[in-house]
Amino acid sequence: MAKIVGGVTTSHIPAIGNAIANELFEDPYWKPFFDGYPKAREWLAEVKPDVAIVVYNDHGLNFFLDKMPTFSIGAAPEYQNKDEGWGLKPLPPYPGDPELSWHIIESLVNDEFDICSCQEMAVDHGFTVPMALLWPDQTQRPVRTIPVAVNTVQHPLPTPARCLKLGEAIGRAVASYPKDLKVVVLGTGGLSHQLDGERAGFINKDFDLMCLEKIVDEPEALAKYSIHDLVRLAGAQGAELILWLIMRGALGRKVAKVHSNYHIPISNTGAGLLVLESAA
Amino acid sequence: MSAPTPHEPIPGTTIFDGRMAMKGYPLNKMCYSFNEAAARQEFLADEDAYCAKFGLTDEQKTAIRERNALALLAAGGNIYYLAKFIGMLGLNVQDIGAQQTGMTVEEFKAKLKAAGN
Repeated sequence: MAKIVGGVTTSHIPAIGNAIANELFEDPYWKPFFDGYPKAREWLAEVKPDVAIVVYNDHGLNFFLDKMPTFSIGAAPEYQNKDEGWGLKPLPPYPGDPELSWHIIESLVNDEFDICSCQEMAVDHGFTVPMALLWPDQTQRPVRTIPVAVNTVQHPLPTPARCLKLGEAIGRAVASYPKDLKVVVLGTGGLSHQLDGERAGFINKDFDLMCLEKIVDEPEALAKYSIHDLVRLAGAQGAELILWLIMRGALGRKVAKVHSNYHIPISNTGAGLLVLESAA
Repeated sequence: MSAPTPHEPIPGTTIFDGRMAMKGYPLNKMCYSFNEAAARQEFLADEDAYCAKFGLTDEQKTAIRERNALALLAAGGNIYYLAKFIGMLGLNVQDIGAQQTGMTVEEFKAKLKAAGN
């Protein structure tokens, strides 16, 4: 049977992608951020997952406002990265696992979640930056991937409570898959940041640290917030916390914290990293 | 469940909801096109013609011409799509953050750094 072995949360902002491209790992500005990742990579090397379910938000690469699905799941044999408008060279494609994708889609719809299934899906920095942080060698793709894209672009966004439940349903879906597979779930984005308006540059360290603590054993406490609460407390883009809640829901009730890191600022963002292991 | 009750406004923040999505549609559609290098070249070769092609309103055209982030947001621009326009101009989110808050880029960066204390 397939099993979710754990999850990782990480920021995914484009500036990280630039810093990776320019190898700024020892640069004083970036070092406290990048130094958080070797432990996450060590954990992944230990558990050797077969598949990564990557929960992220599309930033206007695959989806436009003509059609804006709330929850979309990739069901493609591979996922291409593309130019997002800044002329960066696209990364090599990421292999998919369409059979597991369809199993998850069917299970979620049966669980009353309405999913947009995507047999083609271009993945942007929301997906590629976390993958590059956790598996830096771009010539190798040691895990198959299943992108789960959540609308954080156009309100109304799905509520935190709904997202935690979606994660729980993903957990049930994976647990009911008959093949022996080890699965990790990545919750990307966050933590507090706001890019737009006179409030640009808003960061809330206290809120971020509270989230990093509560999400381990009390995710329900975070699921009580409304999206409006998250925008108020964590900034307009801090609403990406819903992506972390999907990850957390998928891991089941009991988890063990393996590693965490937090650093301000990375570009305009409070950057959090968390590695959680599912209870045996 | 019924329709949600209206929320208290958050100062300096525009929630990009259906109303703003309708208002900003041509502007955001143009910015979305900038995913393609050929579109970026076409815009840079003749900005006014490219804005007209997407049917931008006068308010949106002026905001584009003036590179004014707050005016672009007020005209219905969404930051995720505007980021493509901003990036094409060689600017990043800190440059735009400074512009929106009336600071120099150095002041804006210092404000972000101070949030960690």
